Amino acid sequence: MSAQRTAWRDARLVAARAETGAARTLVFKIPGWPGHLAGQHVDVRLTAEDGYSTQRSYSIASATDGDLVELTVQNVPDGEVSPYLVEVLEVGDEVEIRGPVGGWFVWRPSSERPVLLVGGGSGIVPLMAMIRARRQAAGRTPFRLVYSVREPGQRFYAGELRRHDPADAGLDVAYLYTRAVPDGWPRPAGRLTVADLNTHGWPADFEPDCYVCGPTGFVETAADILIALGHDPRRIRTERFGPTGG
Amino acid sequence: MTASIEDAYQDGNALAGPLREIFAVDMTAAEGRCASCGLTGPLASLRVYGPEPGWVARCPGCEEVLLRLVRGPQAAWLDLRGIVNLRISLPAEAEAAGA
Repeated sequence: MSAQRTAWRDARLVAARAETGAARTLVFKIPGWPGHLAGQHVDVRLTAEDGYSTQRSYSIASATDGDLVELTVQNVPDGEVSPYLVEVLEVGDEVEIRGPVGGWFVWRPSSERPVLLVGGGSGIVPLMAMIRARRQAAGRTPFRLVYSVREPGQRFYAGELRRHDPADAGLDVAYLYTRAVPDGWPRPAGRLTVADLNTHGWPADFEPDCYVCGPTGFVETAADILIALGHDPRRIRTERFGPTGG
Repeated sequence: MTASIEDAYQDGNALAGPLREIFAVDMTAAEGRCASCGLTGPLASLRVYGPEPGWVARCPGCEEVLLRLVRGPQAAWLDLRGIVNLRISLPAEAEAAGA
């Protein structure tokens, strides 16, 4: 298994769609894909004609679906990899992908604990994989998602989360906007606060599994708040992405 | 996106691929103990800088270097100087064969 898990595989882009002005969902066909757990990620390697190659790690956005794997990539200006994936790569083109990897920031449908998902910006991606895996498994574990973005146009998967798929019964979604809010929105624009997680999260007594993903500052704030609200640090799993997510 | 100083690192989740190249099981969930301050936690929780010229992982408690990893074309160099021990979960074979 190990050799297979770490082998670089050819991955062909078979579909793509824009999530926002600067983020794109890429659907890759990867022959021999072994399946994955929600929250796992892949390493993507690009190699230039002169042989120079570079790689980045991206969370998988989709639930397991045969040999198809979806990534959602945020364009990081001046990044080495993301501008290529978001603006240049065309359907039919190939990159190299290895994985799935990661065994810490994962959710298994067999778990019966309530789940709190806290996402900042493109940190929603692995959390969406968890929501999709729950839907695929017809899971009944209660899920709450708290999703912080700058303004409404920055939301990923907005249509899918709004659709209220019957299989998503038991999933509550709360949006927090940090810069600009829609007309009539009750919460003023601002960063994540204790009140936000107190209102939209689970009481610590419910002993939920908490998954927090986003930029480093966001993740540290959210984890500190959850601990202050009484959540067991061992049930708070975090994933940060730095500037080189690019 | 302007990267602030505090965003200048990722975390140990980013080491999943590079370490899986070396180890037979996922190492990001392995619990390690810092040789400097004694803090214990999963490798996923480390502060990680990289990938070029190599990965450097520091303790989130005291910031000492726990691990360094450099991948060359023919070999990898792995330095675990700051970790006293690791507790590595070894799942039953049936589970290990799945995802």
